Amino acid sequence: MSNISVNSLVKKFGAVTAVDGISFSVDPGEVFGFLGPNGAGKSTTISILCTLISPTSGEASVGGFDCVRDADAVRRSIGIIFQDPTLDNGLTAYENLLFHAYLYGMDRAAAKKRIEDALELVGLSARKNELVRKFSGGMKRRLEIARGILNYPRVLFMDEPTIGLDPQTRNMIWEFIRELKKNTGITVFMTTHYLEEAEFCDRIAIIDLGKIIASGTPLELKAGLQGDTLKLSATDPKGLEAEIREKFGMEPKITDGGITLTVKQGDEILPALIKGLSTSITAVSMTRPTLNDVFLSLTGKNIREENGDPYGPMRSYARKNHGGH
Amino acid sequence: MANLAHETKAIYVISYRELRKFIREKSRILGTMARPILWLFVVGGGMSRLVRPVGGVNYIQFIFPGMIGMTILFASIFSAISIVWDREFGFLKEILVAPISRLSVVVGKAMAGTSISMLQVLILLIFVPVLGIKINIPQFLLLFLSSGMLAFSLTCFGILVASRMSSYEGFNIIMNFLVMPMFFLSGAMYPVRLMPPFLREIAYANPLTYGVDGLKNILLAGASGTPMGPEYPAIVDFAVVSGFLVVTAVLANLSFRRAA
Ligand SMILES: Nc1ncnc2c1ncn2[C@@H]1O[C@H](COP(=O)(O)OP(=O)(O)OP(=O)(O)O)[C@@H](O)[C@H]1O
Ligand SMILES: [Mg+2]
Repeated sequence: MSNISVNSLVKKFGAVTAVDGISFSVDPGEVFGFLGPNGAGKSTTISILCTLISPTSGEASVGGFDCVRDADAVRRSIGIIFQDPTLDNGLTAYENLLFHAYLYGMDRAAAKKRIEDALELVGLSARKNELVRKFSGGMKRRLEIARGILNYPRVLFMDEPTIGLDPQTRNMIWEFIRELKKNTGITVFMTTHYLEEAEFCDRIAIIDLGKIIASGTPLELKAGLQGDTLKLSATDPKGLEAEIREKFGMEPKITDGGITLTVKQGDEILPALIKGLSTSITAVSMTRPTLNDVFLSLTGKNIREENGDPYGPMRSYARKNHGGH
Repeated sequence: MANLAHETKAIYVISYRELRKFIREKSRILGTMARPILWLFVVGGGMSRLVRPVGGVNYIQFIFPGMIGMTILFASIFSAISIVWDREFGFLKEILVAPISRLSVVVGKAMAGTSISMLQVLILLIFVPVLGIKINIPQFLLLFLSSGMLAFSLTCFGILVASRMSSYEGFNIIMNFLVMPMFFLSGAMYPVRLMPPFLREIAYANPLTYGVDGLKNILLAGASGTPMGPEYPAIVDFAVVSGFLVVTAVLANLSFRRAA
C-alpha cells in the first residue's frame, strides 16, 4: 500500500488555481521529490497533505488516513520541515524541541532522550541552551530537521529543506536523509528547486503551473529525452561526417572542428563509433541530459530562470563559483 | 479530544512557552510593570491632592483596583495578540500541524495570558501595605480568583480579536479604539455613576467595569455606598464577569477555528 496517495487534487485560491488536478502516490521507504519553479504549487500540495489547508476537490491520504476526514491521525504520523522558518527565536534550541515533544504527547523522560539524540544527530548538542535568535540560518535549518524527526514520523515532508544553505550543510542534510532512510525506512516527500538534489530522489514528479507534467525515476525522465550528446573532434570534420552517415546511418551535425551527434545510450555507441571509424579523431566528449533539459523540453523554459525569484541569479552565481557541491 | 493527558500536556506547554519568554525578558517585565506603577503614584498621587477622601478612601486607594484591572487588561490583550506574531513568524504552523485539538490551543493561549496577568497582579499587590489598604487571607484568595477570571476572559476576548487580524498593522487600531476606551470607561479612574450620561451608558456595557467593581468590592468594601466604593453587589459583578468569560471563551474558540 502506498504511504501517500493523491487523486485529482485541486486547490484554488480565489481566481488562482495553485494545484490543478494532480495525482501521484509514494511507496513506503521512498524518497519522492517535487521539482518545479516558483509558484508551481509545491508548498500548497504539502499544506494539503499535512492538513493545514483543505483541498477544493480531489483526495489526499497519508499513511492510509484521509487528510480531511482523519486529519488527527495524519498529524500523528508525519513530520514537517516547512519552507519558511517556524522556530521560536525567543526560546533555546532545547526548549523548541521540548515544546514539540509535548505537543506530540511525549512524557518528560522520553522527550529528554529523544531531544538529546536528535540534537546529537544534527550536531547542535553543544549549543542546545542558546537562544535560537543567535543561530545562523544553517543551524536553524538543522534544528528544524531535528524537530521534524523528533516524533518518529512515518512520513517526513520537507519543503525546500536546503534552500539558502552552503554546499557543506546541504551535503550534510542529504547524508542525513540517506541515513535516516536506511535506518528507519521513513518515507520522504520533498520539494526542491535544485536539480542536483532531485537526482538524489528515488522518484520525482515535475510540476509546473499546478500540473504534474512528468514523473518517474531521474533516469527514466532523462531517458525520455532524445539522449546524450556526443562531440567528436577531427582534423577532417567533413570526412568524419560522411563516414558516420555511411557506416552508421546517423545524422551528425558539423560543428567547429568536428561533429555533434544526439543519441540514446551514448555510453554504448561511443566505443562502437571509435572502433568502427577510420577517419582520425582527436578528441571525444559526451554530455548526459540533466533534469533541467527534461524541464526545458517539457515546458520550453529553464527551471531556474523563472521570474519573480530574486535569489535565482544569486543562486546560480553561487553554483558557478562553488561547483554545485 | 482523544487523549486528555496529551491535550493537557499541550495546554501546559503552550502556556509555559509564553510564561518562559515573559520571565526571560527582564525588560518586558520592567516595561509592563512601569505602567500601573506610574499611573498609581504619578496620576494617583497627584490627584490625591485634588480629590478629598470619601468614606475613608483616598484617590490613590480608589484607583488601585482599577490599576489591577488595567494590568490584567493590557497583559491579557498583549498575550493574546501573540497569536498574530506567531502567524507572522510561522510558529503558528508548528502548533497547527500538531495532533492536538484547536480547543487546546485556545485554552493554552488563554492560560498563558492568565498566568502572565496573574504574575503582574502579584507584583502589584506588593503595594497594598504601602497604600494603607488592609486585606486578609480570604480577601486575598478572592482577589486572586476574581483577577484570574477577569484575565482568562479578557485573554479569550483578545484571541477573538487576534483571530480576525491578518497582520500586526491592526494593532494600533485595537489599542486606541478598543483597549484604551475599555480602560477609561471602566470606573478605574473615575466613578462610573458620576460620568456624563452618554459615557455612563457605555461604561455599563463594558465588561471591565464589572471586573473592576468586583475588585473594589474586595478592596474598598468599607466605602460602599459612596462614590469611592463599589457600585454593585459583588454577586452582580461575579455574574457579569462569569457570563463574559463563557461568551468570550466560546467565541474565541469559534473564531480561532475558523481562522486556523
Ligand atoms: N494562501 C494563499 N492565498 C492565495 N494564493 C496563494 C496562497 N498560497 C499560495 N498561493 C498561490 O498559489 C500558487 C502556488 O503557490 P505555492 O506556494 O504552492 O508554490 P511553490 O511551488 O511552493 O513555489 P515556491 O517554489 O516559490 O515555494 C502561487 O501562485 C501562489 O501565489
Ligand atoms: Mg513553496
